[in-house]
Parts: sequence; C-alpha cells; structure tokens
Amino acid sequence: MSTQSIPHQFPIADPRISSRANGRYESLGLVAPGPSTRDVSLEVPKLSLSDISLSYRTQTGERLLALDHINLQVRAGEFICIVGPSGCGKSTLLHLIAGLHSQTVGQVLVEGKPVQGPGTDRIMIFQEHGLFPWLTVGENVEFGMKMKGVPKAEREEKTRYYLRLVHLAKFEKSYIHQLSGGMRQRVAIARALATEPDILLMDEPFAALDAQTRDLLHDELERIWNDTGRTIVFVTHNVREAVRLGDRVVLLTFRPGRVKTEFPVELPRPRHLEDPDVARAAGEVLEQLREEINQSLEAEYEEGSKPRIPAGGSL
Amino acid sequence: MKRFARYIVFYAGLFGLWALLAELKIWPPYLFPAPWGVGRALYAGFADHTYWIAIRVSMERVLIGYGISVVLGMILGLGVASNKFLEETMGGLLVSLQSLPSICWWPLALLWFGLNQNAILFVVVMGSLLSVTLAMEDGRKQMPKIFGQAGRNLGAKGFKLFWYVLLPASLPFIVSGLKQGWAFAWRSLISAEMLYLSLGLGQVLMMGRDLNDMSAVISVMLLIIALGFLVDGVVFRGVERHLHNRWGLTPAS
Repeated sequence: MSTQSIPHQFPIADPRISSRANGRYESLGLVAPGPSTRDVSLEVPKLSLSDISLSYRTQTGERLLALDHINLQVRAGEFICIVGPSGCGKSTLLHLIAGLHSQTVGQVLVEGKPVQGPGTDRIMIFQEHGLFPWLTVGENVEFGMKMKGVPKAEREEKTRYYLRLVHLAKFEKSYIHQLSGGMRQRVAIARALATEPDILLMDEPFAALDAQTRDLLHDELERIWNDTGRTIVFVTHNVREAVRLGDRVVLLTFRPGRVKTEFPVELPRPRHLEDPDVARAAGEVLEQLREEINQSLEAEYEEGSKPRIPAGGSL
Repeated sequence: MKRFARYIVFYAGLFGLWALLAELKIWPPYLFPAPWGVGRALYAGFADHTYWIAIRVSMERVLIGYGISVVLGMILGLGVASNKFLEETMGGLLVSLQSLPSICWWPLALLWFGLNQNAILFVVVMGSLLSVTLAMEDGRKQMPKIFGQAGRNLGAKGFKLFWYVLLPASLPFIVSGLKQGWAFAWRSLISAEMLYLSLGLGQVLMMGRDLNDMSAVISVMLLIIALGFLVDGVVFRGVERHLHNRWGLTPAS
C-alpha cells in the first residue's frame, strides 16, 4: 500500500496507474494480463474524466465552484472508490458521469466518446435505491430493458437470471415496500445489471443499511463484480468500505472538489472489513481525509448563514 | 361489525326522526314530504324510466367532462410545475380562478356553444379542471426527484418517461386532487343541468319543483348523493386501496 500525492492535473493516461494495476492483476490472476493491459497509455480508458469543473449559482446569486479540474481514468473492469467529506461533490461527479447533469467545463468520455445525457451504458444505483414502488420486483428489474425495447421473452429470462444472481428469485412478484433495506439494494443492483451497462455507478448504496447487511452486500457485490467483469465507480464517505471494495481509492478535497490523492489498493481478494490490512490501509486514507473534514467543519462554523453546497449533490 | 351496527343505529334514528316529523304534520306534506312519499316518487321515477334515462345522461356527461379535465389538467399541471415562468404567472391565476363557482361560466358557455350539451360540458370542465391542474402541479413537485432521475438513468425519456415514471410516481400525490376534481365536476354538472331542458338529473329535479312535487325533488337529491358517493366510495377508494397495497402504508409521506 503506497501513498502518493498526485497533482490534480496529471496527464491523461497516467503510466503510474497502469504499472500498479498490472502488478495487482498479475499477482492475483483475476484477469489474464495480456499485453494490452500492460500498456494502458496506448489504450483508450473505459471511462475518462477530462478536466471536469462544475460551478453553479446559489439562490443568493453567488457563484460556487463545486468541482475543480477533475481528471480521472478508469480501466475496463476496474473497481474504483471515490471518498471525500460531505460537500466535496462526489455524488455530483457521479451524476455527471451518468449524464443526469452537465459539467461547466471539461468532458466525460466513455471509451473515448463524450457523454451527452443519460445512457444505458452507465447505470446508477442511488443511496435511496430509487426503485419504483408501483412496480413489482420483477417489473423493476425489467424496466430498463423495456425502455430499450428488448422483446418480452428475453426480458423475462434475464429478469429471472439477475434476480437469481442477487438471491431474490422468490420475490419476483413482491412489491418494494415488502422488502427489507438490504433486499431493496439487491433489487437495485439487479435492476442496474439487467440493463447490462458497461459501467455501474454506485452512490453510497449501502449507507443506510445496518452493519451486518452491509457486510453481506459487500461480499455479494465483490462476487458479482468478479462474475460480470463490470467497471464500477463507487462513491462513499466510508473509507474502510472504499478500501475493502476498491482497486483504487480516490480522495477528493473539500469544496471545491479536486482529486487530492489516489491510493491503489493491492490487497488480495476476497477482503473483509475487519482485515487488519484493510484497517491499516484505511488508516492511511483516513489521515488525509481528516484534514479535509476539518476544513469542512471549519468552513461550516465560519460561514454560519452562508449557503452550503448540498451534500446530496442535487443542483 | 361494530362500526356497521353504529351506521344502522344512526341511519335508523335519522329516518325515524324524519318519519316522526312528517307524521306530526307540523308542515303540510307538499312542504315536508314523508319518507314513504319520497319512496313512492323514487319507485315511480324508475318505473317510468325517467330516472334511468336521467342517470345515464348525467353519468355520460360527467364522464366526458371529467375525462377532458383530467387529460387537460395533467398536461397543464405538468407544464406549470416544470416551467418557472408559467409557475410564477399562471400558478397565481389558477388559484384565484378556483374561487369562481363554475356555474358563473354558464352565460358565456351559452353564447359560445349554444343551448346544448357542449355548454354543459364546458361548465363541468371549468369546474374540475383547476383542481386537477393544481393537484398535478403539486404532485409533480412533491414527487421524490429520484424517480425521475432513476427513470432517465434507465433510458426512459419523453412520453415514455411521463407515462411509465412521472405519472405513476405522482399518483399517490394527486389522487386526492383527482377526487376533489370529481366532486367539483359532479356539482357543476347538476347545477348546469338545472338551468335547461337537459334530460339529466338536474332537470328531473327542477321538473319536481315545477310540479310542486317535493317528494320527487327529494328523491332526485337522494339519487345525486348516492351516485356521487358510489363513485367516490367504489372508484376512488379502490384506487387508494390499490396504491396502499403497492406503495406500503404511507404513500404520501
């Protein structure tokens, strides 16, 4: 576990990332490290945030900079976690990738093509799960495919497949309010996967769950990620969670959000929240995060009545 | 069951009081008809098909008028809710227009549409359109933002987004407004029907007045109440129960 400060405008396709990542893959053998993965600088990254800035006007007419020159490359199949104090714009960043908002400056590129609006190649899982209460579990999972125009028979087959994947096959006909919080998040994961996106965007998906359920879902998510090979961008304020899940943890600064440090996590999988290595690595991240949290607290005390950037990232 | 017993006791008491007052003959029967007189009028009305026809004609009108209101009101409400300019300008106008009883549109409706069914429909629409519009506007604002975001994220846009996401998502928040709109539509219809030879319930009621037959008047009043109650109790209760089953205990909170 090495910690290295990276300037917030490092060049696109940073060779440092590729070498570290390859090291991990080779040692774990999760992905056969072909020549193309070895030399990422020649390859178009799956997801690339290029010089993204976002500012907006508050109700008092003040101009607030929420995100400041964010640069980030994510390889195909990578699990990347974004942490930061509340108000750093990490959720907003996810909304930008999803195409639900647009940035002021810069570009979000998926396989080199700029993102324009929402697309089913990037599916989001919200903290409040965002499942539709007027539909059954099965109909929820089916929804994205229905919008895409997938034929009914295929939809039903895939729905059953993904519900089995999250161990909810028996609940196909249930309504959302009949499920527990953990089950709802699993439905949300199944719904997202059923749309067969290249990139899963997860916005603090387990924040509202109790510890046991969260542990269980971490294991499941790791298994599903392993089985499906999706690229995952996972936003959380929980550092330990980030280290437990991510190939790489990206720490954002407090308002305006910048990339402060990237931490490659080279611990073997499967990991557990209680692993001493996970705790140690989390400690390193936490040390830097604490500076940002202190700043955010100071800002809150000093500003008093000044408007704050909403933590939920809604604009 | 206990509740049912309370109902029986209450309505039996009410009926008894009415029968007693009628029997005491404090007022002449043409001013204060007895329950059996009203019963006879009801029977006669149904026997010669007057009431059946009136019910059919009135229900048809209210369904058309209310239907127009719901469709127009949803479009208007969504428009007002999603456009800042419209919200600031039209929002206030809609609220102030709601204080105008819809029957005030009658003279204009007569001039515009002539003495026919369209004039009545116009009054019905004006009566219920505002409630539906305001309900839809409110519902669209109260509806959690996440549904719209999730829908767009999963690839729904344009009409699909409205039909499959925004409409069902806002239903729990607009159902009480739709119900209110129905009540206004029903009242506007009866008022409008009372003003001309319309074949509807309103006209049958006025016919009772012209014949000085208060039993007939009261029997039609009972019919109007019963029909309004039936739609409210069967249709809207049903919708509410359906929402309750799907959304869980408290859909609106």
